[in-house]
Amino acid sequence: MELPQDLLYTKEHEWVKLDGTSAIIGITDYAQSSLGDIVYVEMPKAGVTVEQFKQMGVIESVKAVSDIFAPLSGTITHVNGDVENDPAKVNSEPYGGGWLVKMTLADAGQAKNLLDAAAYQKVVDAAAG
Amino acid sequence: MSPFGGFLMPIQYAGILDEHRAVRTAAGMFDLSHMGQFVATGEGVARWLDGLTVNAVETMKPNQARYNIFTNEHGGARDDAIIYRLNGRWLIVVNAANSEKMWRWLISRLPADVTLVDRTADFALIAIQGPRSLELLQPLTDADLSALKYYYATEGTVAGVPAEIARTGYTGEDGFELFIAAGAAQQLWETLTREGARVGLQPAGLGARDVLRLEAGMPLYGHELEEDITPLQAGLDPFVKLDKPGFVGKEALARQRAGGGYDRIVGMTMDGRAPARAGYSVWRGDERVGEIRSGSPAPALGGKNIATALVRADASAPGTVLEVEIRGQRHRASVVSLPFYKRPR
Repeated sequence: MELPQDLLYTKEHEWVKLDGTSAIIGITDYAQSSLGDIVYVEMPKAGVTVEQFKQMGVIESVKAVSDIFAPLSGTITHVNGDVENDPAKVNSEPYGGGWLVKMTLADAGQAKNLLDAAAYQKVVDAAAG
Repeated sequence: MSPFGGFLMPIQYAGILDEHRAVRTAAGMFDLSHMGQFVATGEGVARWLDGLTVNAVETMKPNQARYNIFTNEHGGARDDAIIYRLNGRWLIVVNAANSEKMWRWLISRLPADVTLVDRTADFALIAIQGPRSLELLQPLTDADLSALKYYYATEGTVAGVPAEIARTGYTGEDGFELFIAAGAAQQLWETLTREGARVGLQPAGLGARDVLRLEAGMPLYGHELEEDITPLQAGLDPFVKLDKPGFVGKEALARQRAGGGYDRIVGMTMDGRAPARAGYSVWRGDERVGEIRSGSPAPALGGKNIATALVRADASAPGTVLEVEIRGQRHRASVVSLPFYKRPR
């Protein structure tokens, strides 16, 4: 399972790539692999404000609907149209072309509430039993 | 693995889409050992079962299999099942989730001239489904499978394992179901995996099975059939033999058929990308006219979203345009005739 060291994570299996006061959000390799074939992605539109750890959208696999939570508070600036048209991209490139949204942050300090790669690895290990 | 009917069952192996493709184009292998298997013997079996079900049992020919529905006094479905008339015995295969309920029901109605045995724990069920099933299995068995008609069964050995072999399934494809002793199941599974490589066989889980059956327009108990959904509401009219002598629920079903106007299960296709899921509301204008019972993208239809819904009679005609409410948004959908998918013959 791929787990980049330079990203931050949530225990709900989202990843965050921080860049100053903005961030790119996606779901982890573990999440996409657990969900299986992803067939639908529904994210908030650009301009919508989201709140840390509150639901912001859904990802659906063939059989399951999963909530996606905002890792940080802020305003959505871009939604990845490629994954809306080809949701399987989340499976094939979870950390690359399968990113979900870009946002500007309301409070960059909230990053302290996120997990580093080592801490997230423990979450995955616990979930995998 | 997920707990299901007391068994740990794989929802998926390689992935639902891959497994679906294998079943539609080559062959897939399912472990269905969780399904309830009851064996009935005695002079009175057919008469007894005819009194508990909507479809005809007495008229079944030797080695024939027939889909049937056990009903309650209101005509609702206690369970749907396949009944096999084998040599000197009858096999009743019920849904895993209903196995205990059905066992109690059958035992409570057991006549003196029928013996019923629950063999679920001692038997396994492996299904091979898909257009290349025959090509895979024929070299492994002494039974003449090409002579075995759809919805008939025979006995033989498969890779040396004694089996009841039935040409039945739940995928909309040609295929076979192999009833074998539980102790031989792992060995047979491994042999079939090895031999199956030459036809592209893949193991397939409950997830793929649900998508396959939905595309094929087959009901799943708990969704299209329930204690308070009758076979007529589920659109299973051809299986309801109201000319049969008395059976549980017959009067209620006769009244329902004569009265018409009842809510019924329909197929729907969605215009948009958002899948409809069980429980979502179905609207026509300001009126809530029904509820989604099953929903999934249909790989056989290029990924288009399909669903079944229980809707009011006046919203059930094919071509009717309705809306499905998904997370507060309305999405256009059309009523279509079932099945969504028919295999090329």
